[in-house]
Amino acid sequence: MANAQGPSFERFSTSIPTMPSAAALGPMKRTQTPVSTGTSVLGLRYDGGIVLAADTLASYGSLLRYRDCTRLHKVNDNTVIACMGDYADFQYLLSIIEQKAITEDCMDDGFNITARSLHSWLTRVLYNKRCKFDPLWTTFLVAGSDMDDDGQKTEFLGYVDKLGTAYKDGIIATGYGSMLATPLMREAVEAKTKDGGQLTEQDAINVINDCMKILYYRDARAHFRYEIAVIPTTGSARIEAPVEVKGDWQVAHLIRGYE
Amino acid sequence: MFRNQYDSDVTVWSPAGRLHQVEYAMEAVKQGSATVGVKSNTHAVIVALKRAASDLAAHQKKIIPVDEHMGVSISGLTADARLMVRWMRMECLNHKYADDVPLPVGRLMSQLGNKMQMSTQRYDRRPYGVGLLVIGYDTQGPHLYQTCPSANYYDCKAMAIGARSQSARTYLEKHLDTFSSSNLQELVAHALRALRDTLPAEMELNNKVISCFSCTMKMKHFYFAETNSIIWHFPL
Repeated sequence: MANAQGPSFERFSTSIPTMPSAAALGPMKRTQTPVSTGTSVLGLRYDGGIVLAADTLASYGSLLRYRDCTRLHKVNDNTVIACMGDYADFQYLLSIIEQKAITEDCMDDGFNITARSLHSWLTRVLYNKRCKFDPLWTTFLVAGSDMDDDGQKTEFLGYVDKLGTAYKDGIIATGYGSMLATPLMREAVEAKTKDGGQLTEQDAINVINDCMKILYYRDARAHFRYEIAVIPTTGSARIEAPVEVKGDWQVAHLIRGYE
Repeated sequence: MFRNQYDSDVTVWSPAGRLHQVEYAMEAVKQGSATVGVKSNTHAVIVALKRAASDLAAHQKKIIPVDEHMGVSISGLTADARLMVRWMRMECLNHKYADDVPLPVGRLMSQLGNKMQMSTQRYDRRPYGVGLLVIGYDTQGPHLYQTCPSANYYDCKAMAIGARSQSARTYLEKHLDTFSSSNLQELVAHALRALRDTLPAEMELNNKVISCFSCTMKMKHFYFAETNSIIWHFPL
């Protein structure tokens, strides 16, 4: 029988270690896969602001686990963020963002973090985490205001995901929404603005309502209850009380083949 | 020199409630050549007299750009100033990297104030031996700040520090009301006239080497000149 204290064969192994073993890393400290997740969020720019929407469901796999989770957060008077993905990671980032906002308020120097800055900061944080192979499993929309070269306030809507991929656009939807809602939003905006017309706040809300209804019908992780945030470029952002899609399932019995 | 038993350490109070080491550090600022800062509603300007350490040496750098929207002029220990400016540059770069906008000037000044204060309260450190005039521009407009080795900093309309700078401050006080509505040309002219007043009567500014830096409405368009040719651009 081999001496337990003696040299093991492991020690003379000729293989070159490339990654530390799971044992060397110790127990896994955070989730590397999402657990409770939110589905699509939508963002749409209108003339003079941004509208965001997200439903209030946090799914546990396909289970409708938590049905009253807000996925919109007002950071300050001018900035709202919306999150898709792991709800715990969202809450973790939210606690940091809230502390940033409090610290900034305490400075009381008249500067408030803008959507553009928060979007940039989130990009840095998410990219940094993914580089450690421990991503925060989230996709964010950041809505609010930006400053153009003449010092004038403009609308800002930005996207950033768990890999640190980031861009800004006037029409953004995440997840299933990127397939189902973006074409609808683009179509609606083009129809409204093609003759030099303007998209008003109410127009944008109507488009978003339509999209949320379609998503509720076609995305199995979507929920009938959802929230809308309106972020005007001048004035205060507001998150409206949750609204509900009145589903009409009369045609449901015609669908065959999915049972 | 002044001598008393309470001046050997920054952490020791005199019975009169003074920190002699900090006060000595304040004197270092007055050894450097003069520098003047002025701001209007749209611009902030600093000008400085450049002195050569010896006839064999080049003129000492007096004005150092920090970022696209910020610059400092120094009086006192140049080596200390270079360290501080290196730190300020890092702070500006880090803020720009994280938040994608230039660091507000007031934010940097409060951080700098905290950093400088540390060395006035620790037995193993000495106060920075340099005074700065910091100008910069952010969304709240142009700014001019003065910092001291005592870690005090002041938000100024106009200020002069360095050797014989009292004469410059007298000039600035006299013309204080005209600054806010001045254009860049007038502002630089005011700053240069104030700087001229720090020279001995028989000397002319034209023969001196001057440095000038201004921060303007459009942050990226600053004016930076290091020769006495600015005298030509801005006749007194």
